[in-house]
Amino acid sequence: MAMTADLPVLEQTATPRAAPARWSRHARPALGLVVPVVIALGWELVVGLGYSNGRLVPPPSKVFETIVALAKSGELSRHILATLWRVGAGFALGVIAGTIMGAISGYWDFAKRVLDPTVQALRAIPSLAWVPLFVLWLGIFETSKIALIAVGVFFPIYLGVMGAILSVDRKIVEVGRVFRLSGPAMIRRILLPAVLPAYVVALRVGLGLGWMFVVAAELIGASEGLGYLLLDGQQLGKPAQILAAIVIFAILGKLTDWLIEVTAAPLLRWQDAFGARGGQ
Amino acid sequence: MLALKEVGKTYPNGVHALERFSAEISPGEIIAIIGGSGCGKSTLLRAIAGLDRASTGSVTLDNAVISSPHAKIGIIFQEPRLLPWLSVADNIGFGLADLPADVRRERVAAALARVGLADKAAAWPRELSGGQAQRVAIARALVPQPEVLLLDEPFSALDAFTRRDLQDHLLDLWADTRPTLILVTHDVDEAVVLADRVLVMRPRPGRLFEQITINLARPRDRKSELFDTFKRRVLTALDRSLDRSVRDVTDKSSAGEAMWW
Repeated sequence: MAMTADLPVLEQTATPRAAPARWSRHARPALGLVVPVVIALGWELVVGLGYSNGRLVPPPSKVFETIVALAKSGELSRHILATLWRVGAGFALGVIAGTIMGAISGYWDFAKRVLDPTVQALRAIPSLAWVPLFVLWLGIFETSKIALIAVGVFFPIYLGVMGAILSVDRKIVEVGRVFRLSGPAMIRRILLPAVLPAYVVALRVGLGLGWMFVVAAELIGASEGLGYLLLDGQQLGKPAQILAAIVIFAILGKLTDWLIEVTAAPLLRWQDAFGARGGQ
Repeated sequence: MLALKEVGKTYPNGVHALERFSAEISPGEIIAIIGGSGCGKSTLLRAIAGLDRASTGSVTLDNAVISSPHAKIGIIFQEPRLLPWLSVADNIGFGLADLPADVRRERVAAALARVGLADKAAAWPRELSGGQAQRVAIARALVPQPEVLLLDEPFSALDAFTRRDLQDHLLDLWADTRPTLILVTHDVDEAVVLADRVLVMRPRPGRLFEQITINLARPRDRKSELFDTFKRRVLTALDRSLDRSVRDVTDKSSAGEAMWW
């Protein structure tokens, strides 16, 4: 008797459960916007009601105005493109070098013994310490900036790739051996897919550092770029311009990171991970 | 024929895992290797698979010396070891990369149907139960049609019902192409259900202690008295193998049948 009484209850709970699931697919990205929007509106209100003059911390509307003004004059796109080009070139170089070196050190024990201590020693140097040397060697223009960014990107990629290869499950590699895979086939069919999740993380960390170092590079001496906008804003006392540059940095950083995430997602659908639970 | 001649293995750390193991195994025979822990069962299996090289002696299959993994020898491990980034179907077809895609697809589909997982072709390994995953592993090992299939405690991680189910299923699949099966196990019941011959090993160093031929017709009734008799024989041999006061009889057993009964 009790069992038959339970049945309709079960059916009832099934329908309202499906609805929030559908709703949350759209709501989930929006959830991340709640905190910044509340803070922005709050500050706007504080300035609007006259509790602060907003001179040193301009309200969002002022920052937005600055961005629009910069965009209209065509300056904004010039600065963004300059910065994007530097990050892109430095990131690409760092990724290529880090991947190759990391793969060699991870795959070949002898190379690891020879190379890794030196690389680790170089990693211990704060990357900004290279700046004077790069400027002397490569000049104050693009090359030294790109080199600095590449150095920043290199280390997390190198470490990520090497660590990922070293931690590939021996039992899975043995499956490759049982099926008599050749060296290249072992790399292509076992090692590459096995290290992919860690590689994507390394790329994202590397890109984050790339954005960090582009600011350092552009603060040193540049006539364009978002870092230049920052410095210009400081020297001429334009906090709205500094905040505008910071907001654009945040947007670009998030956007490029999202790009990596989205590009890699179809390749990582197989993962049986805690973080994948929402995808089911 | 698979011939093991005085196979021995000493690991680089000095552990003497296996000593002078000899056996001749005919095509299509089902062998169970059983023994206490540390008796070199897995070491022996890995030497036959060509995954680890024997320190002394030789493994030959039809007169070809096995020193690295061989196309005619397949292996199933204790864990399914499926590649998590490949679908179930791609896992099964993993060893068929050299075949044209349509032939591969056909053989994979047939294997999937044969192990009763046709509806799981597109699933990820993480979506399978333990028993299903081990079925996929069995299909993956069988689909290149090996002459010898090695099984290293393949069902030990499964619950009793699934284990029994898979044992029957394995015999069923074996009947298709009748490869030689060499099964390492610590389950006496499993050894007697599956094997034509049970090789009992004794530890430190691992060596052959006794051979017991199970001349019971298949399918075997696990509840029959004769089945129990064979189980008792294997159990007695296992007990004796662990009793240090019992001396080795390797000379006797390698000469042919053990005459303990």
